Amino acid sequence: MSDAAPEERVSLALLFRTFFVLGATSFGGGVVAYLREALVEERGWLDDEEFLGDLELSQTLPGLNATNMSVIVGDRLRGLAGAVVAFLGMTVPGTVIVLALGALYGIHGEHPVVNAGLKGIAAAAVGLLLSVTLQIGRKQISGLLDVFLLLVTFLAVGVFHAHVVWTILAVAPVAVLLHRPRAKRDARPA
Amino acid sequence: MSQIGQLVRVFSLLSLLAVGGGTAVLPALKHHTVDEERWLTDAQFRDAYSLGQVAPGPNMLMVTVIGYRVAGAPGAVAVTLAFFLPACIIAFGVGRVWTRFHGNPWREALQRGLAPVSLGLICAGTLSLGRISISGVPTFLFAAAVFAIPFWRHVHPVWLILGGALCGCVFLRG
Repeated sequence: MSDAAPEERVSLALLFRTFFVLGATSFGGGVVAYLREALVEERGWLDDEEFLGDLELSQTLPGLNATNMSVIVGDRLRGLAGAVVAFLGMTVPGTVIVLALGALYGIHGEHPVVNAGLKGIAAAAVGLLLSVTLQIGRKQISGLLDVFLLLVTFLAVGVFHAHVVWTILAVAPVAVLLHRPRAKRDARPA
Repeated sequence: MSQIGQLVRVFSLLSLLAVGGGTAVLPALKHHTVDEERWLTDAQFRDAYSLGQVAPGPNMLMVTVIGYRVAGAPGAVAVTLAFFLPACIIAFGVGRVWTRFHGNPWREALQRGLAPVSLGLICAGTLSLGRISISGVPTFLFAAAVFAIPFWRHVHPVWLILGGALCGCVFLRG
């Protein structure tokens, strides 16, 4: 099903190159901003609405935004081959770099300066995650029901150390049901 | 060889659990790799996370570091594929049928229902990283500063990460 292909087909080489540049330059998380810049602004492969639709789907599905987006957008533009090429472009640069870092860490991991630097990064990352979480929360959490679902999930996994599998299996269906489409004729709460 | 098999088993499960992205899967990742399999210590887990932050691209490349640590280059390749492929196959499949559900009210119910669950998992992931990364006043102050700076002005995250590395080298040695 390649009905979504635009009139002018994007070449696989260009698709790979675009995602490779994204994969090599999107530092410090927040890959969404890089994706939008490249796919909507620079290349014009997607309009804003398509981008947001794909992003919503990427966020709803398991997996990382960066890789889910590469697969979905790659498929939209060039089918299976496009998905594979975009995924590889997105992941190969970082994987090679992190492997090199991992190998260096194996050799120098005990060095006090390296150790101190990594500790500093981890602490900074906690602050960064907190601020990103707050941003997402502001956008996506509305109403007491959402706060309740968030707290239940957080407490189960974060505080009571329930396994994520069981937590998702228990909470997610309830969450979706509580957000189920309401019949329009009479808004009976139940 | 069985080690590779075990790596693939654990990381393909984790791939399917990353509802809400990489941070959401941190508690399960730590549970399986540190507490259960004892492939690495808390400190090594923290260091792997930090290395993943320095690399560009998807923000969970720490899994590659863990695979490398456990079983060398084959381990790194196996883990990277196991962690990314299952979720990508789902994204590919669902991406194709998703447009057919355009306007279906259950589609919105799914998105709106999963959003707070994802965020709860992300909060738990942040806590899980915080527990092993914040130890004492200096690390607490780093995290607080990085959290506070965006309220004051926009700074690209990469500078905050590098700033953390630099401050770490200066204040956390010994």
